[in-house]
Amino acid sequence: MSPVLFELLIRSIWETVLMTGASGLISLVFGLPLGLALVATDRGGIAESLWVKRALGAIINGFRSVPFIILLVALIPVTRLIVGTSIGTWAAIVPLSIAATPYYARIAEVSLREVDHGLIEAARAMGGNRWTIIREVLVPEALPGIVAGFTVTLVTLIGASAMAGAIGAGGLGDLAIRYGYQRFETSVMVAVVIVLIILVCGIQWAGDRLVARLDHRA
Amino acid sequence: MNQHIKASADLAAGSHPPASEDVVRLTELKRHFGKTAALDGVSLTVRKGEILGIIGRSGAGKSTLIRCLNGLERPDSGAVFIEGREISRLSEGELQPLRRRIGMIFQHFNLLSAKTVEDNVALPLKIEGRPKAERLARAAELLELVGLSEKAKAYPASLSGGQKQRVGIARALAARPALLLSDEATSALDPETTRSILALLRDINRQLGLTILLITHEMEVIRSIADRVAVIDAGRIVEEGPVWSVFANPRSEITRSLLGGIRPQLPAEIASRLVPGAGAEAILRIDVSGEAARAPLLSDLADAVPGPFRLVHGGIDHVQQQPVGTLFLAVAGNDENHLSQVIAFLKARQARVEVLGHVAGSV
Repeated sequence: MSPVLFELLIRSIWETVLMTGASGLISLVFGLPLGLALVATDRGGIAESLWVKRALGAIINGFRSVPFIILLVALIPVTRLIVGTSIGTWAAIVPLSIAATPYYARIAEVSLREVDHGLIEAARAMGGNRWTIIREVLVPEALPGIVAGFTVTLVTLIGASAMAGAIGAGGLGDLAIRYGYQRFETSVMVAVVIVLIILVCGIQWAGDRLVARLDHRA
Repeated sequence: MNQHIKASADLAAGSHPPASEDVVRLTELKRHFGKTAALDGVSLTVRKGEILGIIGRSGAGKSTLIRCLNGLERPDSGAVFIEGREISRLSEGELQPLRRRIGMIFQHFNLLSAKTVEDNVALPLKIEGRPKAERLARAAELLELVGLSEKAKAYPASLSGGQKQRVGIARALAARPALLLSDEATSALDPETTRSILALLRDINRQLGLTILLITHEMEVIRSIADRVAVIDAGRIVEEGPVWSVFANPRSEITRSLLGGIRPQLPAEIASRLVPGAGAEAILRIDVSGEAARAPLLSDLADAVPGPFRLVHGGIDHVQQQPVGTLFLAVAGNDENHLSQVIAFLKARQARVEVLGHVAGSV
């Protein structure tokens, strides 16, 4: 591999890490509260409001049913509004975040829903309010699942970021398509695949380690 | 005016001690789920410092009842007075500080798995907004009380069922409640652990003067620690009184059936051979309590009414230091006169006698 290609590879790794990291973080910041809202407003939840739950569910399902490549293009005006440009790595973070947030909200929802209702009742019986229940019961008890779900989301984002090349965001996927596939640079393709494997394994390993440390359930 | 309303409510409720002595007073509590009535007009009083046990089969309304006391459940009608204050119409926000006066322990312990034992115990104080040092000091004190000091830093998953319930009890006591609610607290525990948990609750009741209301489906629990018992069936209190007196003289069918497991019953093989009318031997059931149970009843009977009789089953129990006995006698049954003499003698000695039937041969 030529020094130029190597430099390109390093830059692509950085772009992928940036896209995945930033949109992952954003999906965590917005997805977790969204997941909490889904659980809280459901029947028997701590802020039961079926109307809100249905509305949130419909919006989330709407975003989740649009293929990412379509979302990427359809959100261009929104991206331009937020980032000021519709091309480049930072521009890709907007559609990636908007796709990952409802995805992660659903994953967080599953973990939060599994928290034993008896624990919520115990906190209520102690005189806890909704905020206490969220902070002391729901989130800490669901934390292993919340972290495991975040790991899954990050890995999914690495895959999705490959498509971001379509709007000039760069990244490993883009490199693999342009050099490895279209220019038959097999060495680039192999290098990208190896880097991706290392990235995915690394994230999964770190996530699993963290979950094991957080999980005191058994 | 408040005073006036309270006074007239007391009057309406009948012969209760002054309201200040009642930690809990329920009047005509009703709660329906769809068409079924979980509570169908429950009136009940829990006095300061006592242990009141509420017993009933599953589905009798026990859980709904206990949840009405801290507002986890709202009654459709009726009133819930906690330390003289009506709580059933309060908003969730108004209930929250009040719930801190009421500790609760659960069948499945409901400890937070993500928190250490001491953090679990300290949680009610954290909710109250107490500083950390105070919380941990109180948690240490309570863990000492329940005998789990060495487990302070452990996570609940590493504890046995009995230890988890001890943590649950410590947590329930953290905010120094006026009332402890126990929701089937020993139902998931083995008999030996159950005994030790009940002994702990008894100690806490005596040492701290804490009022305890417990619900259970096991008469053994009532017998071990309750001062008074209320029997609930189909959402109604069907029987209520001091434990020994309900044990000695159960009036309702449901109470008798709940007592079945721990009071002597006619052995099944004899019961299956009972026939009405005449037979070689008459089988009598004799219930005695108090003085009648302390007296040498059987030897007096032998002296007073000559003729053979045999004890086939039974015994004397002690409930709240009161002897409560049930004896099954087989008395020669061919002679009506002899049998009625025996019955007359026993009745004169304050025993309740019932002729269950006759058996043909010897039993």
